[in-house]
Amino acid sequence: MAGGGTTSDVRSLVSSLRSAYAATPVKLKIIDVYVLYALTTALVQVVYMGFVGSFPFNAFLSGVLSCVGTAVLAVCLRMQVNKENKEFRDIAPERAFADFVLCNVVLHLVIMNFLG
Amino acid sequence: MTAAEVASPSSGRGGAFASILSIGTLLLIGILAFSIRLFSVIKYESVIHEFDPYFNYRVTQYLSKAGIYEFWNWFDDRTWYPLGRVIGGTVYPGLTLTAGTMWWVANALNIPLSVETACVFTAPVFSAFAAWSTYALTKEVKGIGAGLTAAALIAMVPSYISRSVAGSYDNEGVAIFALVFTFYLYLKTLNTGSLFYATLNALAYFYMVCSWGGYTFIINLIPMHVLLCIVTGRYSSRLYIAYSPLVILGTLLAALVPVVGFNAVMTSEHFASFLVFVILQVVAIVYYTKRILTPKAFRVAVAVVLTVGTIVALTLIAVLIALVATSPTKGWSGRSLSLLDPTYASKYIPIIASVSEHQPPTWPSYFMDINILAFLVPAGVIACFLPLSDSSTFVVLYLVTAVYFSGVMVRLMLVFAPAACIMSGIALSEAFGTLTLSVKYQIELPDPPTGPVAPVDQTAAGATSETSASATAADLAKDKSVSEKGKETLRERPKRSRKKEKESAEKSVVKKAPKKKASKVLPFEASAVAIVLLLLLVSFYVIHCVWAAAEAYSAPSIVLTSHTADGMHVFDDFREAYAWLSHNTEENDKVASWWDYGYQTTAMANRTVIVDNNTWNNTHIATVGMAMSSPERQAWEIYQTLDVKYVFVIFGGLVGYPSDDINKFLWMVRIGGGVFPHIKEADYLRDGQYRIDAQATPTMLNSLMYKLSYYRFAEATMDGKGYDRVRRTEIGKKSFKLTHFEEVFTTHHWMVRIYKLKPPKNRFRGKNKRRTKPMITDRRNEDPPYLWLTTLYRSVEVKCYLAKVPFGDVDGRQLESFWRHKYRN
Repeated sequence: MAGGGTTSDVRSLVSSLRSAYAATPVKLKIIDVYVLYALTTALVQVVYMGFVGSFPFNAFLSGVLSCVGTAVLAVCLRMQVNKENKEFRDIAPERAFADFVLCNVVLHLVIMNFLG
Repeated sequence: MTAAEVASPSSGRGGAFASILSIGTLLLIGILAFSIRLFSVIKYESVIHEFDPYFNYRVTQYLSKAGIYEFWNWFDDRTWYPLGRVIGGTVYPGLTLTAGTMWWVANALNIPLSVETACVFTAPVFSAFAAWSTYALTKEVKGIGAGLTAAALIAMVPSYISRSVAGSYDNEGVAIFALVFTFYLYLKTLNTGSLFYATLNALAYFYMVCSWGGYTFIINLIPMHVLLCIVTGRYSSRLYIAYSPLVILGTLLAALVPVVGFNAVMTSEHFASFLVFVILQVVAIVYYTKRILTPKAFRVAVAVVLTVGTIVALTLIAVLIALVATSPTKGWSGRSLSLLDPTYASKYIPIIASVSEHQPPTWPSYFMDINILAFLVPAGVIACFLPLSDSSTFVVLYLVTAVYFSGVMVRLMLVFAPAACIMSGIALSEAFGTLTLSVKYQIELPDPPTGPVAPVDQTAAGATSETSASATAADLAKDKSVSEKGKETLRERPKRSRKKEKESAEKSVVKKAPKKKASKVLPFEASAVAIVLLLLLVSFYVIHCVWAAAEAYSAPSIVLTSHTADGMHVFDDFREAYAWLSHNTEENDKVASWWDYGYQTTAMANRTVIVDNNTWNNTHIATVGMAMSSPERQAWEIYQTLDVKYVFVIFGGLVGYPSDDINKFLWMVRIGGGVFPHIKEADYLRDGQYRIDAQATPTMLNSLMYKLSYYRFAEATMDGKGYDRVRRTEIGKKSFKLTHFEEVFTTHHWMVRIYKLKPPKNRFRGKNKRRTKPMITDRRNEDPPYLWLTTLYRSVEVKCYLAKVPFGDVDGRQLESFWRHKYRN
């Protein structure tokens, strides 16, 4: 599909991505790192499961879903506090963070319960 | 819970007055929803209805007695003998916990309710909640007016009443509330994009999972809507926030419910949600990169991602298919399969097909259950499309899927009812909005109608609305796009308190000085006529609903009544039989019957049963089916292996009660034959016809079911011919003796006949003197004319006696001597 100059295209794409991303506020970058961390943890657990097996299935499930859930919630938070996103003008960043904390608390209460 | 919503309805121009009015209306709607369901208590008594509710009642009793931890670990040895059943792990606990909590709260407040009372009134209370959450849901879609109308409609929609009258203590009673409330919170999250509502949404979903297996409907419908939004280009960050946390939290919460457990991630009913979750993540990333990149760079990115992405997607799909293929029944459970392929159940699972509520509905049942809403729904759909929003697409999608499901199973009509109410609420409110607006407009300006657009479509619209029925009036009113702000009071009023409030409603609107110019105005006469017709239509609906609530859906089915020329007859045979069992048999005796009566036997007679309505073990049910269809000797052996002491059958031939065991017998044969091939349906049919008269096959006439049902039946009928009033024929075999069973009790109207298995002869010969005496039959032989008097007298006495003394407190011997005393002369 991406015929001849694939490598140069990809290179220019990467550089434009990088420059576009550099404009992101620091707060959002922190959230991005957090999301990345959570996803990496999930990945590690899945790989570990591949080696060891999924025997205490609820433990595996709660571990992975805890990471994925954290990541998803952080993404939601990122969407809400992003100034460029016009959809959430009536949600203050503080309110967004409070909601985020509440959701996380519920999530991890459930996970603690589910760990068994 | 709706209080929060009610607190802020002043988004319209009505201000404080409108919000107070709508709160008041909502309260009245709640009261209406509650009180319309009390007919069963008024006409009969405060009693648990039907079959499944008895099980729920028994579980609630256990919960209130033993506490929550015991409840989770409850192994019930009184049912499915000798297997038993792990109740805590196989029951949807939502309903039980709700009623248990209500009972506990009431008692903590020093309101001495019995558990039974709490159970009886759970469903009516929750239907009020359901009405309120319907209001909230519809408000999210189309504003307050539509919300109030929809709430009023659902408060009395017959389909929902049929499952939630007082005493109908079943999962659906709370589940419909949970369903609507979950949908409301989803839409609320979608409209606001707030994580707070997303959390609440997950919790509401959890409650729904606790309450009903129908939660799979939610976890498939919401992904469908998300997918629809993505495909139609309506993706937004709000959609992401509404869906992604719901999947993660919802899955985890669902896995907490023991009956669902790992099914929440293992069965394919849930796979759609995960697939859409992944798609949504991808879409979110795509939209994000699209925003930060230049169009050209984005095009390059798409090209790169497509090549990589297809490979990844293909492998993912392969893995998914492999997963599905390895799970049994391809990951779909029987009930869900029968939804997708309506013929599945009848082809493969006779036990599902045998239940009448799993059959497809007939057209009249739509009219019976949703009445005029069936005509209003299309108008509501059109109204939803006029300004198409995320929430209105959701409602339309809900409606479409619910229509399909209701067409597959009668029972799912219940899921369809809220959708129909929401749509009709929107339709009615839009119609009233347009019509009253034009009336008010013309009252204000008595001059010829302003606006150059008016004349053309006035005439067209006017003509149709006068000639055609009022339903079409609603329809065409839909075509006039109406601005609905500030019209809440007006739209609501005529609905709730119909005719007499109309004038005052109009006045109040006039007073509110509407500055808004209606884009299209109908002529005064046309709209006035249309309003009157609509009000008529709505009042027909109200009349129908009240009739349905009072006459059609209030019968508890354990107490039957019939009206004849000489007054009303009450048939209380079921409770009579269960009371007999509980007072005259040993506590650990096992009682066999067809599975329909299992729950009632354990709950009311407190005896161990072989099979019950839970139907989790097909082989066990098939064993009982085989016993019922076998000749006496074999049946006796089968029951002997199951340690059964008593067998009872339901027999309607004497009084004409049609849902008796003889009419269910073919299902027993089918289910039995499904596991034990020597039982063949053809052996019980004469030329493909099911008959019990002289033409019946010998297999039929020798089957245990036939014998237990018709034993001594011919003697009891007036002319000794044995005329069966259900089958409308003379029975085939009249005088026969039972060798391995003996009749121990037959109820007043012969509706329940209890037999005892004779002990094995060779070991106990000569010791048979201590038999229980057949009580009625003896007297019947002595003086037939006296028979009806005695039985009548006795049933009255027994009922009084039972009313005075609670079930558990009567000593068996005491009651027997009571009877002996009564009948000595």
